[in-house]
Amino acid sequence: MLDLTPDEWVAIRLSLRIAVVATVVALPFGLAIAWLLARRNFWGKSLLDGLVHLPLVLPPVVTGYLLLISFGRRGPIGAFLADTFGIVFSFRWTGAALACGVMGFPLLVRAIRLSIEAIDQRLEDAAATLGANRGWVFATVTLPLALPGVIAGMVLCFAKALGEFGATITFVSNIPGETQTISAAIYTYTNVPGGDAAAGRLVLVAIAISLLALIVSEWFARRAGTRFHGE
Amino acid sequence: MLAVDVEKRLGDFSIAAAFEAADGVTALFGASGSGKTSIVSMIAGLLTPDRGRIQFGDSVLFDGKSGVNVPAHRRDIGYVFQEGRLFPHMNVASNLDYGRRMRHRPRDPAATARVVDLLGIGHLLQRRPGALSGGERQRVAIGRALLMGPRLLLLDEPLASLDGARKREILPYLVRLRDEGGIPMIYVSHHAPELRRIATAVVLLENGRVTASGGLDVLTAATAELTAP
Repeated sequence: MLDLTPDEWVAIRLSLRIAVVATVVALPFGLAIAWLLARRNFWGKSLLDGLVHLPLVLPPVVTGYLLLISFGRRGPIGAFLADTFGIVFSFRWTGAALACGVMGFPLLVRAIRLSIEAIDQRLEDAAATLGANRGWVFATVTLPLALPGVIAGMVLCFAKALGEFGATITFVSNIPGETQTISAAIYTYTNVPGGDAAAGRLVLVAIAISLLALIVSEWFARRAGTRFHGE
Repeated sequence: MLAVDVEKRLGDFSIAAAFEAADGVTALFGASGSGKTSIVSMIAGLLTPDRGRIQFGDSVLFDGKSGVNVPAHRRDIGYVFQEGRLFPHMNVASNLDYGRRMRHRPRDPAATARVVDLLGIGHLLQRRPGALSGGERQRVAIGRALLMGPRLLLLDEPLASLDGARKREILPYLVRLRDEGGIPMIYVSHHAPELRRIATAVVLLENGRVTASGGLDVLTAATAELTAP
């Protein structure tokens, strides 16, 4: 059906890898911050909340630029990570994953936080009286009950990562085979004479992947939901 | 022997209560809003007193002066909540087994069978809490608290959410538990007839203060006063 060229396949595989890595790496941080925001009161909570949501309201180009000056080769964090761990972000696919993870992070945290807030805290108290320390309460009561929200958050983060354009292109540019995702490839093709057909094919692929992600998450959420009621 | 002497401010309401509870079933009796649930929460470690001391046997659970405050999960105190609070994502068997798992105790099928039999919940083990009636849910909640192997059992209005028939259904189980289990219990209720069946000692609470304590006669005096014109 779709006759994709090798270049297009490269962009698709790269996009999927970036979106999956961004979502998976963001998840533990997202869980921790969502739990903190939902269940703890501490100094600077509004500040943390604001920081987490910043990528949602800032122009993506600004987020990308901020990443560039902090995680770039000469940026303070980027230089430190490159020198001590050999992790380089600038003009690499890892940088694209970082940009996508940062952009998807507010959506991830928001969905998880809302689902944790919806859990009856008295169930967590009951678990404590039965001998569960805070970690076990989270693992055996909070997390399983928040699972539909966690899945929803992961799908939102994945979708955002798949479609991210502005921050990625500002931070790591548009290098075929390294940082050129589906979105960036479509943008490039539309700027090339005769590139419409290739752009059209990638548009269809993007629609297919997004729909599939939605269907899979719906299925997971429903399974998690039915576990609470009856057989 | 449980010794409680606590103070706690909750908004406009303040609690300053001291009492002792020996083995058997000690009733915390009083109108709603007299501070019964808050006191029980402090014994369980879910609510921190402002001042005071809670001691069970030789172990100090809370002491405001020396800063001792054993966290709820290390108090070994079973708590049966008014609304059951069963975990909706686990079946009855997993709910019953939860305390043992969290406390890393070996499996004890004989103990489980004994409690399941005592409470008559053997046919419910594979069900989810969502598929249980109010009375069944409450019996499972009692079983769950018992099977963690508590040294003290707190029951906060365990029958309040049930109608008369269900109350009569569960009360005999609790009486059996008192006579066979040997675990001291604190039983919160504002329902005197229920307490007459189950309690061996009574602590009367009014407005966060202990106004009387002793045997079942306290109950008679208090209800006479409550029903007097």
